[in-house]
Amino acid sequence: MANDVYVVGTDMIKFGRFPERTVPELGAQAALMALDDCGLTIQDMQAVYSGNLFEASGGVGQRILREIGQTGVPVVNVANACATGATAFREGWMAIKAGVYDIVLAVGSEQMGSGLLGGAGGGKGIPTEGLLGSGTMPSVFAHVGLEHTRKYGTTFEQFAKVSVKNHQHSTLNPKAMYQKETPLEEVMGAEMISYPNTKLMCSVNVDGSAAAVLCSEKKARELGLMGRAVRVRASALTSDPYTPRNIAMMDFNAVTRLAAKTAYEMAGLGPDDVDLIELHDCFATAELVHYENLGIAKEGEAGSLIDSGATSLGGRIPVNVSGGLLSKGHPLGATGIANIYEVTTHLRGEAGNRQVEGAKIGLTHVVGAGSACAVHILEKA
Amino acid sequence: MSAAGAVKPEPTTKGVVPFLKIPKDGQPYLAGSKCTKCGEVVAGARNQCGKCGAREGIETVTLGTTGKLYNFTVVHRNFPGVPVPFISAIVDIDGGGTLKGNLLGVEPDPAKIKFDMPVNIVIKPVPQKDKEGNSYLSYFFEPK
Repeated sequence: MANDVYVVGTDMIKFGRFPERTVPELGAQAALMALDDCGLTIQDMQAVYSGNLFEASGGVGQRILREIGQTGVPVVNVANACATGATAFREGWMAIKAGVYDIVLAVGSEQMGSGLLGGAGGGKGIPTEGLLGSGTMPSVFAHVGLEHTRKYGTTFEQFAKVSVKNHQHSTLNPKAMYQKETPLEEVMGAEMISYPNTKLMCSVNVDGSAAAVLCSEKKARELGLMGRAVRVRASALTSDPYTPRNIAMMDFNAVTRLAAKTAYEMAGLGPDDVDLIELHDCFATAELVHYENLGIAKEGEAGSLIDSGATSLGGRIPVNVSGGLLSKGHPLGATGIANIYEVTTHLRGEAGNRQVEGAKIGLTHVVGAGSACAVHILEKA
Repeated sequence: MSAAGAVKPEPTTKGVVPFLKIPKDGQPYLAGSKCTKCGEVVAGARNQCGKCGAREGIETVTLGTTGKLYNFTVVHRNFPGVPVPFISAIVDIDGGGTLKGNLLGVEPDPAKIKFDMPVNIVIKPVPQKDKEGNSYLSYFFEPK
């Protein structure tokens, strides 16, 4: 369609720990890599959408432009939990869709400490972590997994298989922080953090950045960039709809189901049309529930889907062939755009050893605590 | 003005969350809100209904003192100073509302924790004090 939006350039840095660098430096690096990917410069960009969570009040987008060229274009700084990067990407998509701009830059960057995220309390009174249950992210997502166990009998071993699969995928991705296989016994025998999530079933807090150049069809043709362009078939963003237990136990299912439904409707596609998925495996427990939330498994069949190998590279519907957040790492503001980079790379047929053969349609998913969910469906143009 | 003018308030006993109420006379209890339009009950105070959006007719209610274990996790790693292991539990309160809290009186072993087990919701003092020296009551779950 004439008002379709395309990804014409995208890249990510190899995620890792860079305490000596700054967030704008990391963002600038990914931005320049994405611009190089399509042979453009910051002078070609009509607006910049910058995703970052931990320095949300720090004008990260403007500071990135100080590094790579202060062209005076509008900068929008975006913070939306773990959906921050995807939300920045979506803001750029919307602006082009609306006809306001023809070409924009979306960049996500984050610098994280190490250790546990989340935890209840911190306000007035006494800390409630460990007194009123646990609000750490491993615990929150342990609750997510055990709810599935409660309903369908999903086992510790089935959850652990997610880490085995994604860590195996990571050995094919030079941009993953960790590229190390972990056999099932090692995953299940690792230090228990919050049952059933062991240490090897938790994503890694890392520093990282990723960027994408979004472009209207008219402009992409003008610039001769359609050859490697990837069409955005759908962009959906949701907040958590009311569900009864949501206050006590964050509900990442309803918010994802709503985003998936919206995205499939927008694209005029269904789960069967999708060739690969990068979904939010912040913890191994999360990946399984999202099989059902995104419609690639029937209700209660996520456990048997991982058992069958269908979500491994070479299977029916490969999930997280990048190694996922579990191996790549999870720099919150960058993650959503890094997923776009991964799927785009496969749709272009440029993913090397981990290429999903013949991939035409790919889906990205991120979900943030609080809650926010973004789903994008991309298509080889 | 006297230098000793500021009067330090006497330490008192407070609820660990605002909806743990400690009446002057009578037993501490957990307060919730009920929407008279859609009937939803939630823990804590609300001015409007998060379910149906009603702006009026939110009633303050006393939450039940029993419930069922909906979900749990056994926490083995936490922040420094937090004693582990402990059971983080999600309990559906009989009569409406859901709470997260610690489940006591059960071994922190997933094999010994049963979904849907009936629990009492008990309110007890905790050893922690805040900077001003105030004491706290918290709520806990115990097998019925």
